[in-house]
Amino acid sequence: MGAAGGARQGMMLADARTLCPELAVAPADPASDLAFLERLALWAQRWGPWSALDPPDGIVVDVTGVSHLFGGERSLVADTKAAFEKRGIAVRLAIAPTAGAAWALSHHGPDGAILKPRDDAAARLADLPVAALRLDDDTLTVLKRLGLKRLCDLHGVAREALVRRFRNRRAPAASPLVRMDQLLGRVPEPLLPVVSVEVPLVQRRLMEPIRHRDLLDRVVADLAEDLARQLEGRGEGARRLELGMWRVDGEVVTRRLELAAASREPAHIAGLFGRKLDDVDAGFGIELVRLRSAWTEPLALGQGDFEEAAETHGTSLAACIDRLSVRLGAEAVRRPVPHASHLPERAQRWQGPLETEKSSQGEFEFHARPLKLFDRAEPIAVLYATPDGLPRRFRWRGSVHEIARAEGPERIAPEWWRERSCVRLRDYYRIEDGEGRRYWIYRDGIAGDGRGGAPLWFLHGLCA
Amino acid sequence: MSAEPCSAAAFARARAAEWRPGFTAGRVRHAEVFACAGEATGAAAAIAFALDALDAATPDPVADVPDERAWLWVQDREALRRGGRPYRPGLPRPLRHRLVHVAAKNAEDALFALEEGLRCRDLAFVVGEIAGNPRALDFTASRRLSLAAERHGVPLWLVRLDAERDLSSARMRWDVRAAPSPAPRWNPQAPGTPSWRAELFRSRNHPPGQWTLRDDGKLVAERPRSPDSRDLVSAAGDRSLAAG
Repeated sequence: MGAAGGARQGMMLADARTLCPELAVAPADPASDLAFLERLALWAQRWGPWSALDPPDGIVVDVTGVSHLFGGERSLVADTKAAFEKRGIAVRLAIAPTAGAAWALSHHGPDGAILKPRDDAAARLADLPVAALRLDDDTLTVLKRLGLKRLCDLHGVAREALVRRFRNRRAPAASPLVRMDQLLGRVPEPLLPVVSVEVPLVQRRLMEPIRHRDLLDRVVADLAEDLARQLEGRGEGARRLELGMWRVDGEVVTRRLELAAASREPAHIAGLFGRKLDDVDAGFGIELVRLRSAWTEPLALGQGDFEEAAETHGTSLAACIDRLSVRLGAEAVRRPVPHASHLPERAQRWQGPLETEKSSQGEFEFHARPLKLFDRAEPIAVLYATPDGLPRRFRWRGSVHEIARAEGPERIAPEWWRERSCVRLRDYYRIEDGEGRRYWIYRDGIAGDGRGGAPLWFLHGLCA
Repeated sequence: MSAEPCSAAAFARARAAEWRPGFTAGRVRHAEVFACAGEATGAAAAIAFALDALDAATPDPVADVPDERAWLWVQDREALRRGGRPYRPGLPRPLRHRLVHVAAKNAEDALFALEEGLRCRDLAFVVGEIAGNPRALDFTASRRLSLAAERHGVPLWLVRLDAERDLSSARMRWDVRAAPSPAPRWNPQAPGTPSWRAELFRSRNHPPGQWTLRDDGKLVAERPRSPDSRDLVSAAGDRSLAAG
């Protein structure tokens, strides 16, 4: 209807609406389209042993030697068409000896065209436009300007002339010669097949819906053992686990878990889920429990009996971190890593404890750093001899500290390439008060730097 | 203790052995360090004690790689608010890349994290920082920590910030305050190597006492000069007892 009304691809939405006011609009979602295409390609393997994606909207299925199972190629095409129509998907089909020829026929030939291996492909495809060669827009424009509009026009030009004209084009999509050779089967065209990966999944259908916690724990422990057996067979360990519980009234309760390192220990997994099941509302009962491992990593066979070993020899670091992060949250268990910045609070970042540390350039240690740093520097009131001189005395958290010794200033300028121009430089002092307490304080700015009033003082860290 | 003949004299002799750096390695698995929250002395002294114990422990004769086990630093929210977060560039160099930090919401979670850490064979030691005297940290909890530490051989150094000296089963209990540092040679105006005034007020194996500790690459302890113990001054003086 849109096409009949005058709307075309690439048009502005307002223009299209002007031409055809009853146009229905849906936002584009390329990622979901690609995911759908992947699933469609897997489903299309019912007609052939393997299939490949042809984004954004095509699928290539290898049906070599398959058609007799469906009663010939005509019935194969009819069967495919019927299957797609049944699912409400519009489809254009073609069977040809090469992927290129099949693409050309399905996009620009008659619907359901079949090109036999005996047929003269060059002659059958001669009337198709050059767009059937899967070329990019630039090359199509060049060909159009050269007056080459159909495939037969290309056959009429000497090959050497085309080679010379397109000698700088290496990509197949930019070179009509390569595409033509692929279409006629003169050069091979490897395709990347879609392979389905099965997610390890175990489930228990329960004869009686369960409503009690200890029964649920039992079922989860059984499932963990089933999953461990399945994972062991594949030589893998789980990193992410999802436990789904189907209730009698149709509600699904899910609990997710991520492990710090690949593991398939049933007792460990069941124990970790045990802490997450406290707030599950069983309602009238749970009748189906399903455990799947959405993310797995290779894990070689190892020694078993985690829990007993843990009692006698202690747990491993990965198991310890799993237990900590399940109860306290992953954000609570972290490790500091250096970061390339000379601002003290930016010089360290936090990451997961088992992630590898990024290699970084070692920094020179001209100055001592405090052992502990406050998340936010605390303001202090400072008495000084001169505005730019050493501090003499300061008040912090209600008590007054006489400064006995000081080292500084260590001037740290703001990072002008990422901060606003009004950010002031800092003069850091490492100080010790009369009782020997050591602090790291700074003055934010200097008097008369034109970036605010009198500079303020802050206490930023505690020295050892 | 059951293996050797236990006479009152031997016990008294063992008990009279004075604490010195490197002496408690492998013996004391659970120690408490009381400190002020407004200074980093507690954590610094705990780390110095832990490093001292690690250095003094007899190395594994067949190990051909250095000890690169991780260590755990657990803080509850109040300790984190009052005392700040660990800062990697300020940590001792051999410990920097091995730190695993746990920020617990409350004392219960911190105790859970400490116990899990003590049960982990891949940790070199565990440092905990808990502020005040929370209800969760009673004698039973402290006993649990002692047992876990002794069972799995992972030392625990628990820093108690701004806390009363309540009941505890820790084998050694220290009270650490900051002390004026010695003047550096090249810049006498600057703060020097970290020093602490440490009081051992309860210990199972040692008589209580006071020391001035210094972190000179390794832990150094000196008996402070006090007017009432005039004879001790000549005995200990400025001599380092580290070699002892």
